[in-house]
Amino acid sequence: MSTVNTEIPYAEYGVGAPIADAKAPAGPIEQRWDQRRFEAKLVNPANRRKHTVIVVGTGLAGGAAGATLAEQGYHVVQFCFQDSPRRAHSIAAQGGINAAKNYRNDGDSIRRLFYDTVKGGDFRARESNVHRLAQVSVEIIDQCVAQGVPFAREYGGLLDTRSFGGVQVSRTFYARGQTGQQLLLGAYQALSRQIAAGNVEMHPRTEMLDLLVVDGRARGIVARDLVTGEISTYTADAVVLATGGYGNVFYLSTNAKNSNATAVWRAHRRGAYFANPCFTQIHPTCIPRSGDHQSKLTLMSESLRNDGRIWVPKAKGDTRPPAEIPEAERDYYLERIYPAFGNLVPRDIASRAAKNVCDEGRGVGPGGQGVYLDFADAIRRMGRDAVAAKYGNLFEMYERITAEDPYRVPMRIYPAIHYTMGGLWVDYDLQTTVPGLFAIGEANFSDHGANRLGASALMQGLADGYFVLPPTLNDYLARNPLPAVPADHGEIAAAEAEVTDRLNLILAVNGDRTPDSFHRELGELLWDECGMARDAAGLRRALDRIPKLRDEFWRRIKVPGTGQELNQSLEKANRLVDYFELAELMCLDALHRAESCGGHFRTESQTEDGEAARRDEDYSYAAAWEFTGTGTAPVLHREELEFEHVHPTQRSYA
Amino acid sequence: MTTATRTARHPSTLVTLWRSTVGKKAVMAVSGLVMLLYLVAHMLGNLKIFFGPDELNGYAHWLRTLGEPFLRYEWFLWIARAGLLAAVVLHGVSAYQLSRRDIAARPSKYVHKRRRASYATRTMRWGGVILGLFIVWHILDLTTLTVNPNAEHGKPYQNIVASFSNWYSCVIYVVAMLAVGLHVRHGFWSAAQTLGASNARREKALKLAANGLALVLTVGFLSVPVAVMTGVVS
Amino acid sequence: MNLTLRIWRQAGPDAPGSMTTYKVSGISPDMSFLEMLDTLNEELITRGDTPVAFDHDCREGICGACGMVINGQAHGPERTTTCQLHMRHFKDGDTIDIEPWRASAFPVVKDLVVDRSAFDRIIGSGGYITAPTGSAPDAHATPVPKEAADTAFEHAECIGCGACVAACPNGSAMLFTSAKVVHLNVLPQGAPERKSRVRNMVAAMDAEGFGGCTNTGECATACPKGIPLPSIAAMNREFLRSSLG
Ligand SMILES: Cc1cc2nc3c(=O)[nH]c(=O)nc-3n(C[C@H](O)[C@H](O)[C@H](O)COP(=O)(O)OP(=O)(O)OC[C@H]3O[C@@H](n4cnc5c(N)ncnc54)[C@H](O)[C@@H]3O)c2cc1C
Ligand code: HEM
Ligand code: HEM
Ligand code: SF4
Ligand code: F3S
Ligand code: FES
Repeated sequence: MSTVNTEIPYAEYGVGAPIADAKAPAGPIEQRWDQRRFEAKLVNPANRRKHTVIVVGTGLAGGAAGATLAEQGYHVVQFCFQDSPRRAHSIAAQGGINAAKNYRNDGDSIRRLFYDTVKGGDFRARESNVHRLAQVSVEIIDQCVAQGVPFAREYGGLLDTRSFGGVQVSRTFYARGQTGQQLLLGAYQALSRQIAAGNVEMHPRTEMLDLLVVDGRARGIVARDLVTGEISTYTADAVVLATGGYGNVFYLSTNAKNSNATAVWRAHRRGAYFANPCFTQIHPTCIPRSGDHQSKLTLMSESLRNDGRIWVPKAKGDTRPPAEIPEAERDYYLERIYPAFGNLVPRDIASRAAKNVCDEGRGVGPGGQGVYLDFADAIRRMGRDAVAAKYGNLFEMYERITAEDPYRVPMRIYPAIHYTMGGLWVDYDLQTTVPGLFAIGEANFSDHGANRLGASALMQGLADGYFVLPPTLNDYLARNPLPAVPADHGEIAAAEAEVTDRLNLILAVNGDRTPDSFHRELGELLWDECGMARDAAGLRRALDRIPKLRDEFWRRIKVPGTGQELNQSLEKANRLVDYFELAELMCLDALHRAESCGGHFRTESQTEDGEAARRDEDYSYAAAWEFTGTGTAPVLHREELEFEHVHPTQRSYA
Repeated sequence: MTTATRTARHPSTLVTLWRSTVGKKAVMAVSGLVMLLYLVAHMLGNLKIFFGPDELNGYAHWLRTLGEPFLRYEWFLWIARAGLLAAVVLHGVSAYQLSRRDIAARPSKYVHKRRRASYATRTMRWGGVILGLFIVWHILDLTTLTVNPNAEHGKPYQNIVASFSNWYSCVIYVVAMLAVGLHVRHGFWSAAQTLGASNARREKALKLAANGLALVLTVGFLSVPVAVMTGVVS
Repeated sequence: MNLTLRIWRQAGPDAPGSMTTYKVSGISPDMSFLEMLDTLNEELITRGDTPVAFDHDCREGICGACGMVINGQAHGPERTTTCQLHMRHFKDGDTIDIEPWRASAFPVVKDLVVDRSAFDRIIGSGGYITAPTGSAPDAHATPVPKEAADTAFEHAECIGCGACVAACPNGSAMLFTSAKVVHLNVLPQGAPERKSRVRNMVAAMDAEGFGGCTNTGECATACPKGIPLPSIAAMNREFLRSSLG
């Protein structure tokens, strides 16, 4: 089994009992999900009304779960911080959604999707879960089409698919560049139907600020009405978190501005283990920042790399406009370093290579934080019209934002934080270590291991919400006695007081720095030390700096107004408090995992050709962290990962 | 769902139609089109004035004997009048009720004013009112002849000439004709849209048709007072 | 760039509001309109004033949260969302008026933030296809003619931003409602509920206090997603057919 990590002294974290059982049934992997569903106890339909389930989040995962549970007869109480459930961050997903339909008869199968996902995750995911995901993927497409999701179709009227993220089969279903929007609207419409029918009690513009745990079970949440500022507690028989990823801890990311980690972090503080926080994904083709005012980064579909050529000037600090740089003085570095795959190397490799050339001072554009993505050859080869037909809308988006015409001037791109594979640890039932608390979608530590394949997050969110959670939640409700929580229960008063005090503390500081200024600083620190490439020294610098920044926050934060009104600065500041603690755990996790895998690249652990070097003998586990207090050493619980079906191999693209 | 559909349809389609904005607008469109139809015919009839008194007066007489012996004298006319009255009332009432609702739905204006296309809607409203008043005056002038200087029953030609030989009456008519033009210009296309006759392909054609129709009506109607004023008809 | 902003400030739903003037300097033409407002807010906070409240989230033009009337135009001079509008479309020294959506069905919550929940209730009244999870046949069981699929997609692009209502002189939600009616009614999957859908959605739209349509076309001009004006005619057609036919 895994040797104890020698890299960092015990003082920084404790090691607790390994996680023995993740509740996956034994037996042939193809039959495990059937087996689990068969073993699951059912709640008598007549009694479902009596059960209240809280669902936090209305994205693909939450929207699908809320609608489905309500259809089954449960009383659902649902929350989102946007003004409408339809605006959840899932709406922004572009590329598409994978499913092993094999409509093209190109050799795809459930087994292949399973295999690709485990391998793509660099062997840090739980096989049973991934296989279930691949099985369920097929039903998702049927469900969405029945809801009226307008997927792209061919002239014959059948669904079109494309190949995505470097897989050989064409299994990605899409709706132009708006797949996430269309899938979310499908779920949102199903949810709206249940809201209108009175089966779902929807609370928009309401933010969960704490988890209510009574007698060791999750029994509700404490939430703030973002319009009136009122703090209230909602009790239930089970709580489902579908609150998305925490990429915004970096301040600049492709996530929606208000996506945040507060819900999962508060749950973590209440006893839910947080797994693999350092597994974050960087997307190579984003529009570079244009200045310090930059508030978020915009992603452009990876498909651009199919025809665009990536290069930078050979000479440092070459500020000539691209057109004036002769062929001989250009460095098409991906084609040079990875002749076999060239510009199509996986996300993490492309991203790191870009960082390296920029660190060498060969970056282009404002601040030297960018590389060229050049379509000149493609236009020469395919003709301008063909290029326009393929990438027209992306070129328009780029021009709208940068005011540069990609048909004439090469695009400038730079990597950006895009997705977080880490999240709340969940067992096969998607239940966290707090009984009655479930986590679905990007909020859980997911089935993507150390790296997510393109078009797989939408698949996972919908799989969890529509098909996986409902039966397992059913089982929980059927098996456990859940006496009503009296409104005057001590825990309720305590939790509400804690939430209110924290808000008042923030308001009381009345210092001289804005929430955004702190968030920017924290983000830059993480980006530098815990971003694309990480090393022990840098991570230690971060671990040393973050607590100082947190102290400064409590001395200098300034939030005007009160807590009894719509106060967006207060919302930001309050989320920051959790980001500080999360950031610390991310760095610690990254420091303790002295190997490179997927999105986590430790410069100390690479092959001679600069490839990520996994250390399976030491790190073939999911790191589930237990909270012990702000600023005190957390406890690590390892879930060893077995690979019976897909055998770990070192990937090589050289 | 089907049962829901049935129960929803049965009580009274007309009531549900009249209650909904879309339905009421359809009533407005249909009544408007009925009046429009009348106006086209009316305009053409008026042109007979250029063929002399007998022609026009004969035509007026024919209108009254139309349908005989099946109908009795002036019956056809009264049926038409009933139809027109119904149309004008339905149209006016729905216009009034919808306009009230529309104004209530947008109580506070934007501080930063822009010349908006609501221009069309506004002209429709006061233009409509002008038309309403005109119709009253017009009937007193040339049907009941109450305010007509000549007031000879069965002699519309002479009545018209008399009417247009004083300036204020001409002004009233000219203003009304322009109102008709504006009203039909937006009204015709609007009705097509309201009744769902418009679509991406037809949109342009319908707008053209509306402008053409408006122009023809206005010119056609105006030709009469102009002719009288310029002495072409006397 | 240096700009003068005149922004509608309103402390709460029932508080009186008014235009307040602010000066911002050092605005880069590459900033988005919202980043320009961020800059103003950072200043206001450090000065101890309350920052301007506005809705926003994706900042990619897809969530539909951001919405404000800029110089009398919903989402401003360009045909896009406010978050995708960039300052290069303004000139140094400009004065810019910023107001919330105005419609009695969209009451102001604070400053530029309005309550658009009426849209959610319209969707809840029929803007869906009843397909309980698990009940679906294979996705290829019913092929959908390409042009039906394309029409559906074109209308499904609506982001629920409310610019159509804000731009309409009658505060009418016809374009929003028709977008959803057309999206679902052209699909074979939407056929069983075709009649009740349009009837219930129009009823909900009226009940929410939106105005009627006088076919002024301002909505389609303002729509950042280019939902076409004839969609309204299509919905009227569906409605009349469902009530009469
Ligand atoms: C630009 C972009 C493009 C992408 N493209 C793709 C793609 O092509 N294919 C793919 O598979 N994946 C893609 N992804 C990833 C994918 O979109 C997300 O992982 C997925 O949508 C997450 O869905 P979710 O339901 O888990 O969470 P979200 O959609 O983020 O929803 C979170 C919900 O939780 C609510 N919430 C959060 N915190 C609280 C709180 N404290 N209180 C109350 N409510 C709360 C929010 O209001 C929201 O409703 C993309 C991501 C980005 C950023
Ligand atoms: C009684 C006096 C009248 C009033 C108060 C009136 C008022 C209005 C109003 C307010 C509208 C709505 C405009 C819009 O929706 O865009 C309208 C539409 C219309 N009017 Fe009139 N009008 C009157 C007379 C007439 C006459 C005499 C005609 C015949 C030419 C006419 C034909 C129309 C048509 C065709 C429409 C379009 C209906 C629609 O928009 O669906 N109206 N009218
Ligand atoms: C210059 C233009 C017009 C002229 C010369 C004109 C002339 C006449 C005449 C002579 C009559 C009496 C016919 C008869 O009793 O035999 C008449 C009736 C009438 N006209 Fe006009 N008209 C004109 C424009 C209009 C317009 C614009 C409208 C409508 C908006 C209109 C509506 C009517 C109506 C409703 C009647 C009454 C029909 C009846 O009840 O007998 N007219 N007109
Ligand atoms: S129709 Fe257009 S303007 Fe209206 S809500 Fe939808 S996207 Fe916004
Ligand atoms: S602007 Fe308003 S009037 Fe009708 S055409 Fe659009 S809804
Ligand atoms: S912020 Fe999402 S559309 Fe503008």
